Amino acid sequence: MNKERLRSPLGRALGLGSAKDGVEQWWLQRVTAVALVPLTMWFLVSILVHMSSDYSAVVAWLRTPAVTVLMVLLLIGLFYHTALGLQVVIEDYVHSGRKFAALAGMRLVCFSLAVAGILAILRTAFVG
Amino acid sequence: MASSATKRTRPQSPNIQIYRPQLTSVLSIANRISGVLLSIYAVGLVAWLSAVVAGPQVYSTALVFIRSWVGQILLLGCTFSFFLHLCGGIRHLIWDAGYGFELRTIYASGWTVVAAASALTAIVWITGAASSGQGP
Repeated sequence: MNKERLRSPLGRALGLGSAKDGVEQWWLQRVTAVALVPLTMWFLVSILVHMSSDYSAVVAWLRTPAVTVLMVLLLIGLFYHTALGLQVVIEDYVHSGRKFAALAGMRLVCFSLAVAGILAILRTAFVG
Repeated sequence: MASSATKRTRPQSPNIQIYRPQLTSVLSIANRISGVLLSIYAVGLVAWLSAVVAGPQVYSTALVFIRSWVGQILLLGCTFSFFLHLCGGIRHLIWDAGYGFELRTIYASGWTVVAAASALTAIVWITGAASSGQGP
């Protein structure tokens, strides 16, 4: 009852209500951001430590169980955050019919890169 | 949008170009631009991991590119974009928590982001140069 009173006459006539999940993307953008702070800092420090390491040392590092897990988490968080961020950018600047194609293409690329990266880590860890 | 037969021109707000750039607006768009740049650098991260899987020969070719001057400039851009986006993002999270909206605080936090991103980039590259004899 209270809800109906808060609706504008036009909103009631068009039958448009809240989608109920509008906050979800905004919130997940923040959650992934907070998760990425320690993950990216860890990765940066690791890269600095391993800068003069040779190939076998890098592979041995990636095969460490904790490193494998953290790298997979980094890729999930990174590409989730990337997809949400690029979505906002596309929604702000791309209009008309190209918006859908841009959003779909961007999500496809982000998802593919995340899968490719995770598979590369898992193959390094478990194969060969 | 439903358009009637007679399309009336709606009033428009002034375009962004007529405003003088200020720290607040520059940092706002810088956070967005650095985010888009980091999305492109994320492709490089996956390429690097793929080079590890491909084996030592492909990996050493990748290292040759990374250590070339083009690769080093790209990495420097990546480092600065990362720290700018990180510091700017933390500033946004503080705003989201409801703090720091006074004009003085906004300028103070803005200059802190610029200084911190520059200093952290310098620290990483000086550390990298010291530990390898050349850039990271």
